Amino acid sequence: MVRLTRSIDFSASLQYRQGDLSDADNRRLFGAESRPHGHNYRLEVTLRGELDPATGMVFDLRELKQILEREVMARFDHRDLNADTPYFEKDPPTPENLAGVIRGLLLDALPTGMLDRVVLHQDQDLFVEIVEDPA
Amino acid sequence: MIAVSRRYRFPAAHVLRNKALSDDENVRVYGKCANRHGHDYGLVVTVAGPVDPASGRIIDPARLDALVGRHVLEPLAHSDLSRHPRFAGCISTAENVARVVHEQLAGPIEQDSSARLLRVQIQETRKNRFEYGEER
Repeated sequence: MVRLTRSIDFSASLQYRQGDLSDADNRRLFGAESRPHGHNYRLEVTLRGELDPATGMVFDLRELKQILEREVMARFDHRDLNADTPYFEKDPPTPENLAGVIRGLLLDALPTGMLDRVVLHQDQDLFVEIVEDPA
Repeated sequence: MIAVSRRYRFPAAHVLRNKALSDDENVRVYGKCANRHGHDYGLVVTVAGPVDPASGRIIDPARLDALVGRHVLEPLAHSDLSRHPRFAGCISTAENVARVVHEQLAGPIEQDSSARLLRVQIQETRKNRFEYGEER
């Protein structure tokens, strides 16, 4: 088995809110994160698979680039995660939840069994990884 | 498996020296690390666990920062690891730093949250890093 990883960078604005709570309750629950702010994210997407002997590749990087452009960059880069996407109406856009949304989008877009992990870095000091079970 | 990691730094001195060995033997085993020196240690703490549906988090990062501060950064930053009581009976290699940090943190994280400590990574320099714990 071979793994390949591609990284992309995107930036977005956001605020943590739980849809059913009041502003005051959101402030109490999430503190400064309840106010509008922004982050620079780096996403590392790792695929796993067998080498195709004809091409010497696990997966065509150009295709991976297109998938990441369509599924991640177009949706999230220079967007507002709360207002411009449908994923955080109820759940706050924590890095855990954002990584979970991206994982779901990539599982749907990639051939079955190819996604190995996503690692979402929020700035330099925090990252979330979601690792798929072994095949 | 979902996990969240935070990065920290702490400066500390150490010397790699086994008291059972002669000076010459220590230099043979540890090279220039047998001289007292120090590092800005990079620390990556990784915790795994369920994402709490209300907060959307595995652990409150401020809570994790407080635990790492109390159990790791405050005791170890600006200290000589080779003389530190937590390294009594062992050599303060980066492998042992990772192991000691893991031992200091595993209990408090488990008691204080629904997460568990998955692994600890120590970056001794930009060229070397060491992990203690589980991959997943």
